[in-house]
Amino acid sequence: MSGPLAMLDVGAIINGVLLVMLVVLMCAIARVRNLLTAILLMGVYSLVMAVWLTVMDAADVAFTEAVVGAGVSTVVLLGAILLTRSETAAISWKAMIAPGLAVLVVGGLLVFAAQDLPDFGDPASPANAYVGKLYLEMTGGDIGAANVVTAVLGSYRGFDTLGETTVIFAAGLGVALMLGFGERAMSDRERGRMPVNVSAGEDHVVLRVMAKLLIPLIVLYAFYVQFHGDLGPGGGFQAGVIMAVAVILHALVFGLDATMHAVRPGVARAIAALGVLVYAGVGIANIVHGGTFLNYDYLFPPGVEARLPDAAHHNWGQHFGIMAIEAGVLLTVAATMITVFYGFAGRSAEAVAVVGGDDTHGQNP
Amino acid sequence: MSFFADLYAAPPALLAHAAVLLVIGPLMAAAAAALAPNARWAWMIAVGGSVFAFWMALGVAGEVARQGVVTYAMGGFAPPRGITFRIDALGAMFALLISAIAVAASLFSGHSLDGEIRPGKRSLFQAGFLLCQAGLLGMSATGDAFNAFVFLEVSSIGTYALIAAGSGRDRRALPAAFNYLIMGTVGATLFVTGVGFLYAATGTLNMADMAQRLATLDDNRAVQAGFAFIVVGLGIKAAMFPLHGWLPGAYAHAPSLMAVFLSATATKAAIYLIVRFAYTVFDPGAAFVAHFMDWIVAPLAGTAIIVCSLQAMFQTELRRMLAYSSVAQVGYILLGVAMGTAAGLTGGLLHLFNHALMKAALFMAVGAMALSVKAVKLTDFSGAARSAPWTMAAFGVASFSLMGVPLTAGFLSKWRLVEAAIGVEWWWAVAVIAVSSLLALVYVGRMLEVMVFRSAVAGGDAIKEAPIGVLIPLWMLAMASVWFGVDASIPEGLARASAAAVLGVR
Amino acid sequence: MSFVTSHFNYVVVIVLMMGGLFITFSTGNLIKRMIGLAIFQTSVGVLYISLGKVAGGTAAITIEATSEAGRALSSKLDPGYVAQYGVDGVVYSNPLPHVLILTAIVVGVSTLAVGLAIAVRVREAYGTVEAGEIAAADQAAIAQADRRKSGGRGR
Repeated sequence: MSGPLAMLDVGAIINGVLLVMLVVLMCAIARVRNLLTAILLMGVYSLVMAVWLTVMDAADVAFTEAVVGAGVSTVVLLGAILLTRSETAAISWKAMIAPGLAVLVVGGLLVFAAQDLPDFGDPASPANAYVGKLYLEMTGGDIGAANVVTAVLGSYRGFDTLGETTVIFAAGLGVALMLGFGERAMSDRERGRMPVNVSAGEDHVVLRVMAKLLIPLIVLYAFYVQFHGDLGPGGGFQAGVIMAVAVILHALVFGLDATMHAVRPGVARAIAALGVLVYAGVGIANIVHGGTFLNYDYLFPPGVEARLPDAAHHNWGQHFGIMAIEAGVLLTVAATMITVFYGFAGRSAEAVAVVGGDDTHGQNP
Repeated sequence: MSFFADLYAAPPALLAHAAVLLVIGPLMAAAAAALAPNARWAWMIAVGGSVFAFWMALGVAGEVARQGVVTYAMGGFAPPRGITFRIDALGAMFALLISAIAVAASLFSGHSLDGEIRPGKRSLFQAGFLLCQAGLLGMSATGDAFNAFVFLEVSSIGTYALIAAGSGRDRRALPAAFNYLIMGTVGATLFVTGVGFLYAATGTLNMADMAQRLATLDDNRAVQAGFAFIVVGLGIKAAMFPLHGWLPGAYAHAPSLMAVFLSATATKAAIYLIVRFAYTVFDPGAAFVAHFMDWIVAPLAGTAIIVCSLQAMFQTELRRMLAYSSVAQVGYILLGVAMGTAAGLTGGLLHLFNHALMKAALFMAVGAMALSVKAVKLTDFSGAARSAPWTMAAFGVASFSLMGVPLTAGFLSKWRLVEAAIGVEWWWAVAVIAVSSLLALVYVGRMLEVMVFRSAVAGGDAIKEAPIGVLIPLWMLAMASVWFGVDASIPEGLARASAAAVLGVR
Repeated sequence: MSFVTSHFNYVVVIVLMMGGLFITFSTGNLIKRMIGLAIFQTSVGVLYISLGKVAGGTAAITIEATSEAGRALSSKLDPGYVAQYGVDGVVYSNPLPHVLILTAIVVGVSTLAVGLAIAVRVREAYGTVEAGEIAAADQAAIAQADRRKSGGRGR
């Protein structure tokens, strides 16, 4: 290999090593029977995936995978096994035949397809030479954001992102339907059936002090990520999850009870719905002001945008439009992640106490 | 479609945006329902959102009848830069069907939730129902392949929890919902893998743009595999045999509202996407498409019809019988789709339309009867005709349509399918339809025999008549089955226009 | 050989996809099935992102070609290559697959949350999360209900 493809050598080797690590991790997860081990391996898998994504120049995706995949997924999985058993039953050889056959068929089809897929790194492949390149060329003029991924996510394909926000909202609804929003745990406490402030923090001064220092910094970081989304990697999804992480940390250290008084479950649910309404509302505002749905050039009433400072050099409509929808995304994502956490944690608050050393593992209220 | 050409459902300013408001209306209503202070408000929002969507669907249908295709560029960006909605006759037909069923279902939900869902959770349930509706409508309206995946997931994710909520009545809803989640997600992921292959080959996600670029790529193996992935992935969601394992459990144990709505719309929207990809994005004349349809889809459809009709015969629980019958009906529809001719497609789409109406009516009647009595097995419904005559009569009308009795819609669509099969000389298909009609006579006959002629179970509570709030949507659906059997101009016109729109692109 | 190196990523996609599917369908434990599903979903991400990588490209955040970073990137590449495939003097990787996979990751975690919530409820209703034991419990419940019914009528 010579010329530009020689560039790929170092990057290609790293790419190869990371992908092999992913395969090894997958095999380990398949074989292991202890669920806690499987979940931790899954967290490592997500982290290796995030590193690989960075090597692939997918900065925003790496950020999201690290926060969502390694972060939230691990929390939710741990919450689930605390409420269920932690060893899987053994699988007999016979049980592996039918899935094995199905998997071989799918694999064969994939091998068949892979022959006509473009070379890795090929800049002239249809995928890289057409619409993708178009976005790189036209973002400056159409939108003015430096981060092309945010421009595509927020503006060009903003309708997809509305769908994505709705998916998260639907997941929050689903978890709330299944597990409630911690109201059972709250009522147990009020009826005196459980100790009032079950938390890990009671005996751990270091934890409490560090949490008090870190939580505001985490929230600040979330806002930083939110508002710098169009200049660098970042945006509503990552910021929303980081915001939720601050609340989860608070719950783990200071107890679910205290957290639920600070961020009430009903409020969280309402904010999630509000985020969706904000996003869709921006689109409706665009229609009302004479444009089509989610056309940010019509974000302001006619004539207003021209009178904003430096209107000739800044695309204020696009700028504020993307800011508005990212705000909607932040609200929904943060509130939904908090709702999901409350659902799992609130179902059996004793499970949260496991961190503090009580072995009430597996019991349900 | 001439009926719609003269229909101006809304002022022009609103009609211009009807395509997007069709989806955004229920979506915003869902968020509003989640904020609703109590179940009554949530129900009113659900009905309001569904009626709004139906109104917008009428508007879109009118525009499509006049202009042929309605396109709407989101964000003001022309394709392939932006996402567009592209609604032709086929999309308009599905939008009308889904929103109409949603209206009936939402009216039904006023009473059905009372017996099955805890009061605190009802507004969440209505919100989930509206989201499911928004997702299905989005699937039928979009002209972008990845956007279709997003709306597929919007409609699915809430649904899994909504089905599991049926655990109040029967705990088997929980593993059924979990199974549905696994199968549904595998299906959606296979679909998006197929879209990935298509993107690799064409560089675009806009369906019309893709169709142009795929015309020269018939030999590309990634494209061929992409087609297989897309059809199989959607086939899982459409309950194509043998990937239908999730359906009987999910429909049998779900809350009545979900059984009514899903049986009439969820599999249909997946079939819509199959037709859209097989006929518009891909070239139905391409060798690999034709071979796949003739040698894989059609035989599987035929097998589904026979096997699932047989399985329906041997069920003891009423809802499971109806669920297996649904899989068989999906077989009929896919048989018509696989034929590749305008007549076949018209027959399949007509049957799709009619099946949605009759299944919704059947599940609604069963749900209504089960409101008063805990009834699961067929024998639990004995003597329903005596104590709940109006409900039972609606059930009877819909079941006649399922059997294919002349003067009902079911008969007409089966007849069209037979005609189409003769047209492509698929004699085996004619035989399959004939045999399965006999089987349908048996299992539907069994249902009616127990419910009409046997006396009620001694010592048990009698099944009460459904409240008037339930009887109205129930009879609307049942009468539709009869009306469209006598005068099928609207659905047949829609189906024919859809087939023409889809086949005429090439 | 060069075919394998230029398509190595797709080989890994195939292995991960098959592995994820196998885990999902061979195990009876509901939690492990969700983990397998998560692996299956992320393997599609590897496919899309691999398609979007451009040799010599950088992340799709616009930088000036004349800036220090821009010049450092272009210095390693052939000027003709940059002119043909770059935008304003800098070569970027394709941003579109990144946007799509961002959406897919979010969809994946949503599915995971709902699936695990249902699994927790299954555990509460059945006392187990193994599919085999759940099916057995259902059969036993049906058999018991039948016996009760026939026993009642006999009286």
